[in-house]
Amino acid sequence: MGLLDHHKKIETHATLLLVLSFLVVTIGGIVQIVPLFYLDNTIEKVEGMRPYAPLELAGREIYVREGCYTCHSQMIRPMRDEVERYGHYSLAAESMYDHPFQWGSKRTGPDLARLGGRYSDDWHVQHMINPRAVVPESIMPSYGFLMNRELTRDDAEHVRDIMAVYRVLGHPYTDEMMDNAVDDFFAQVDEFGDPVADRYPGAQQRNFDGQPQLTEMDAIIAYMQMLGTLVDFETFVPDPSR
Amino acid sequence: MWDYVKLAVLGLIVVVAAVAASLARDLPYLVHMLVIMLASAITFFWIIRRVGEPAPVVNPNEYMDGPIRYGVIATAFWGVVGFLVGVVIAFQLAWPELNFVWAEGYLNFGRLRPLHTSAVIFAFGGNALIASAFYVVQRTSAARLWGGGLSWFVFWGYQIFIVMAATGYVLGSTQGNEYAEPEWLTDLWLTVVWVAFLLVFMGTIIKRREPHIYVANWFYMAFIITVAMLHIVNNLAIPVSAFGSRSVPVWSGVQSAMIQWWYGHNAVGFFLTAGFLGMMYYFIPKQAERPVYSYKLSIMHFWALIFLYIWAGPHHLHYTALPDWAQTLGMTFSIMLWMPSWGGMINGLMTLSGAWDKLRTDPVIRMMVVAVGFYGMATFEGPMMSIKAVNSLSHYTDWTIGHVHSAALGWNGMITFGMLYYLVPKLWQREGLYSLRLVSWHFWLATIGIVLYAASMWVTGIMEGLMWREVDAQGFLANSFADTVAAKFPMYVVRGLGGTMFLVGAIIMCYNLWKTVTSTAERSPARAGSAVPAE
Repeated sequence: MGLLDHHKKIETHATLLLVLSFLVVTIGGIVQIVPLFYLDNTIEKVEGMRPYAPLELAGREIYVREGCYTCHSQMIRPMRDEVERYGHYSLAAESMYDHPFQWGSKRTGPDLARLGGRYSDDWHVQHMINPRAVVPESIMPSYGFLMNRELTRDDAEHVRDIMAVYRVLGHPYTDEMMDNAVDDFFAQVDEFGDPVADRYPGAQQRNFDGQPQLTEMDAIIAYMQMLGTLVDFETFVPDPSR
Repeated sequence: MWDYVKLAVLGLIVVVAAVAASLARDLPYLVHMLVIMLASAITFFWIIRRVGEPAPVVNPNEYMDGPIRYGVIATAFWGVVGFLVGVVIAFQLAWPELNFVWAEGYLNFGRLRPLHTSAVIFAFGGNALIASAFYVVQRTSAARLWGGGLSWFVFWGYQIFIVMAATGYVLGSTQGNEYAEPEWLTDLWLTVVWVAFLLVFMGTIIKRREPHIYVANWFYMAFIITVAMLHIVNNLAIPVSAFGSRSVPVWSGVQSAMIQWWYGHNAVGFFLTAGFLGMMYYFIPKQAERPVYSYKLSIMHFWALIFLYIWAGPHHLHYTALPDWAQTLGMTFSIMLWMPSWGGMINGLMTLSGAWDKLRTDPVIRMMVVAVGFYGMATFEGPMMSIKAVNSLSHYTDWTIGHVHSAALGWNGMITFGMLYYLVPKLWQREGLYSLRLVSWHFWLATIGIVLYAASMWVTGIMEGLMWREVDAQGFLANSFADTVAAKFPMYVVRGLGGTMFLVGAIIMCYNLWKTVTSTAERSPARAGSAVPAE
């Protein structure tokens, strides 16, 4: 049979086999990935998306570090029950500043894409210290140690360095944001400090964990309280061709 | 001369790592630098003690089995470690108190889960793949491993990668991509080791004495080159500092989701499927003493499998913010993938034609056949779950976890156990295994464990999927999320028990293999000494 005779050439020639295999496995990725970088409708045009404020970014770092994505998704699908339970379905635009995305793959706990504003800061503090104190059925680990991890100037500078990398990758962090990054980091837990929202519209500014010092608990709650709150859905028009 | 170059390079690495450790900005980076320093220092002293000694005489007509023996031990060791962590996190989900508060988060589920997945996939599976690839490529090429000591570098380099990844997870160093958690330093190191792996493998094939490249090697080759591509593209990242572990992946949002699951699903497709099919194509015919069923089928399913698999990633992103066209492509190709997958299963199973009676007498072949059976079941379940309508129920639920484990425990685990039972007597020149009865015990413990695991996850997965979407007569949601969590408790206990049985089986295997090496008769030298069998 013709096919088999031709295959003999491939299977007696190591380099040919390697090169052909490689070419065959590149095709799918090229077709599926490359268009996402140039098709206009991949990321919706929305009002309100902005890069993370420094303290929010520090909170996101903790979220990633603790592996929260192993149990929580941040991606609401457009089914009735999900929209009912969690809110408007998630848009691609809402994770455009996430390196990498935190959509998750498993809901051992509920979706967190629109967690912001759902619970009080105090609820979050209690929940993180002992999840079963507020949700008896919960199987979430306790994260009380975040209360004792104080954030210092070093941590603020580390966040600024991360912002610098984000900027290289094209995030709209302005010179003003970069210059004020360390100050904004501390100001966001001080209600009477410089308003962080001037640079990061909608940023919430208060003492999140109720302790005088700035801790990792402040950062993670600042992050959780802004999740899914940025996009203005009043002005959002879905694209039917997407 | 060459020794002195090595010593100079190693000495330099020790110094650089020490300096970097002293400048470390975070704990994981410090630990990683100490690991690098220690490994280089040990190698340095190992070489310096041998400087000036005459090089050991190597018979180029003999197979190089040293790294394979070590690889077999590492496979068994990491297997037990990975299964153990799996059992721990399974019970953490049943009893959250097992996330010990005194451990300050270091032993919480979120940190141990990547440790479990990486330990079983990359440490257990990876060592099995490297060891078996080195074994198979030599036997089917009738050539000694190419590259002299390079295969030793691959073995030890890979273990260092595992230690760096594992310590990183526990210490909270992760870039937040599932199955690609390690940060830039560990990623770079793995890239170096992987290129060395490719060189050894290709070098051996190129100097082969058989005209044809055996089918198992096609799969190994595709696995090595594809994993290299996936690893590099998905892990492109910019380090935040040269002295810190943190790096920022260059991809963001929807593109990072697509690239991650292009990577993630093909970690399944090439690491856990193509590579293990290479194993199947060598060890099943050897153990059954029958040739591969169909050569034609091998060709067709090889090319179809590697071409189709790479498209399947978007089925992890159904109904998400990934554009619909990509989701539809992912679903279509996932369903098509059913065919080449079953082509491989048929080729493996039918190889037993005329040797089916061995299932009664040989527990090792039974293990391999059950592995292929689980492969067939998982590659039917997978395409089914990739259908959008099914996925709308199954996504985010435990059903996915059950699916993964019936494939990973059933297919990857069982075929690896079969391979270990085949290899250990061969590599240590033993007459046979210490105890076939213990193999039978292992077989039944593992099989029943998998059944408990998969069944309990089907129940919880479908139950929670249905509970989430249930609405009452007025159209309100019937269940709070917490209700679904509470309802899953009994099944989480059953799953933990299934996992424990699987772990116990693996420990029995380790005992059996240990006794095989230490207390069975050596194979008669007449048979053991034949240098170059044309296998």
